[in-house]
Amino acid sequence: ALANGKLGLGREALPEEIAAWDVDIRPDGQGLPVGSGSVADGEMLFSDNCAACHGEFAEGVDNWPELAGGEGTLADEDPVKTVGSYWPYLSTAWDYVHRSMPYGSAQTLTDDEVYAIVAYILYSNFLVEDDFVLSNENFLDVEMPNADGFIIDDRAEAEYAQWRTEPCMSDCKDSVEITMRASVLNVTPEDEASADT
Amino acid sequence: MSDILKPSRRAFLRGSAAAAAGLTAGAAARAGTPDPLITEIQPWAQVFGDGVDATPYGLPIEYESDVIRRNVEWLTADTTSSINFTPIHALDGTITPQGCAFERHHSGAIELRKQDYRLMVNGLVDTPLVFTYDDLERFPRENHVYFCECAANTGMEWAGAQLNGAQFTHGMIHNMEYTGVSLRTILNEAGLGAAGDLADKWVYVEGADASSNGRSIPMEKALDDVLVAFKANGEALRKEHGYPVRLVVPGWEGNLWVKWLRRIEVMDGPVESREETSKYTDTLEDGTSRKWTWVMDAKSVITSPSPQAPITHGHGSLVITGLAWSGHGAITRVDVSKDGGVTWETARLAKPGEKMALTRFYLDTEWNGEEMLLQARAMDETGYVQPTKDQLREVRGENSIYHNNCIQTWHVMPNGEAENVEVS
Repeated sequence: ALANGKLGLGREALPEEIAAWDVDIRPDGQGLPVGSGSVADGEMLFSDNCAACHGEFAEGVDNWPELAGGEGTLADEDPVKTVGSYWPYLSTAWDYVHRSMPYGSAQTLTDDEVYAIVAYILYSNFLVEDDFVLSNENFLDVEMPNADGFIIDDRAEAEYAQWRTEPCMSDCKDSVEITMRASVLNVTPEDEASADT
Repeated sequence: MSDILKPSRRAFLRGSAAAAAGLTAGAAARAGTPDPLITEIQPWAQVFGDGVDATPYGLPIEYESDVIRRNVEWLTADTTSSINFTPIHALDGTITPQGCAFERHHSGAIELRKQDYRLMVNGLVDTPLVFTYDDLERFPRENHVYFCECAANTGMEWAGAQLNGAQFTHGMIHNMEYTGVSLRTILNEAGLGAAGDLADKWVYVEGADASSNGRSIPMEKALDDVLVAFKANGEALRKEHGYPVRLVVPGWEGNLWVKWLRRIEVMDGPVESREETSKYTDTLEDGTSRKWTWVMDAKSVITSPSPQAPITHGHGSLVITGLAWSGHGAITRVDVSKDGGVTWETARLAKPGEKMALTRFYLDTEWNGEEMLLQARAMDETGYVQPTKDQLREVRGENSIYHNNCIQTWHVMPNGEAENVEVS
């Protein structure tokens, strides 16, 4: 071991290596590259790269995620959680599209293409006009509707306090009724080979 | 495959066939008819079995072919960003065999050779570093058993009883003995002097796969018990579990257990990545959502009897068994009810509970064909008592998706079949 308690393992990371892998973007815009992209360009790019799964209007196809819509539904019985209705930070959209989309061929979009696609997603959510151009300069000007919709885990106050008590062991209820059965839904997969014969 | 996934006609048939066979054998013995499995020389008692060169790395015997992972097609759009389920209904003890331990990927299980593996530590460190796999094996190691539970385990059950089997309702979990290096040791090697006051610092961890699965972890947890692990249950991680290196984050939701770990960045705040904003946030009834719900609360489930494990042996002695666990520490007690929660008896823990690890419980009892509404209720060392689903829904509503640790009810019928139900 070295004098400072270190083992002297590994070697210093080079700037090029850090630049290649450290591409995360933070809510305050840290990490954003210089660049820009328009809604119009984004519409073309989205159609070519994204619409097969997410729909021409980012509304989602089949079981694939909806990226637009659902505004005002978060307290509904079936909330529709999209970039527009749910995501608190635009940085997340840029970061995620840049790093992990399109699904199956990630990390193939240029910085300007990501700006354009994110601009189009904003437009699809009625958050910007059709002549909008998103850039690293105006990135933080975009207001995300659900930015204030999150609270930090409050289970300690809201739940633990009331559930850390000695539990009932007998005569805990007057009666018990079955109120729901999984077999009514019948959505559990069965093995094909063992289907009733 | 010839297993039972739901109480169906064949489950009943298999159950009654087994009961009939038992009855016949018993009757024969009472009648004095000798059992030919004993009185006639069987082939395995005469000729050779397999040589020691037959199976360099073995799989379970074919008769256990139903003890496998299963997926539920309709849950996700694609199998590469999806989930499968550990066959907990058929396992015992606490260690999950790696070969049937659940998988959850966001862009598939990638193949990453040790030679191609690199781990970067950067950000607010004294010296950003790159490690090879071989470097990691030269650090002092630790061994710990921990459960990894997907935040979405039991998530399909929020609005009611839906999937019929403990594998499907509770099988997004595995429990392994990990060998690795503490994250503290790795961070110390890069040096945290540059980070200044550590109280408000975070680490961002991400994988080598296309999804990256980046997550932010507060420094306090990073320096506490997080492991950079390369062995599980004695051998290398399975490909689908992060080979060659994954993060182990004791007691915290499985999504944070980043697989194919490639980078650790020390930061002055959370990234608020996709996996901690869009996903792994828990929407409450009023439309606001909890974020950073990291810990998995105390939970339990009876694994047998259960819908996939009906009672087939007839009346008399019955072993009720299951699993309990808590992200807050050790399980101290598990109570079992046969009447839907009216009365409870305390089960026997196979071993004293270990911190953030699965604990096996047993209730050795007798069953004579009466209907049962089986429930288990875990308690952990903080005094937390596993809540009912109604208690959870009272606080959270039905749209949290994640962190459903409610008490599960199985309705056991007179023929021994069991069904996933909700009770009042």
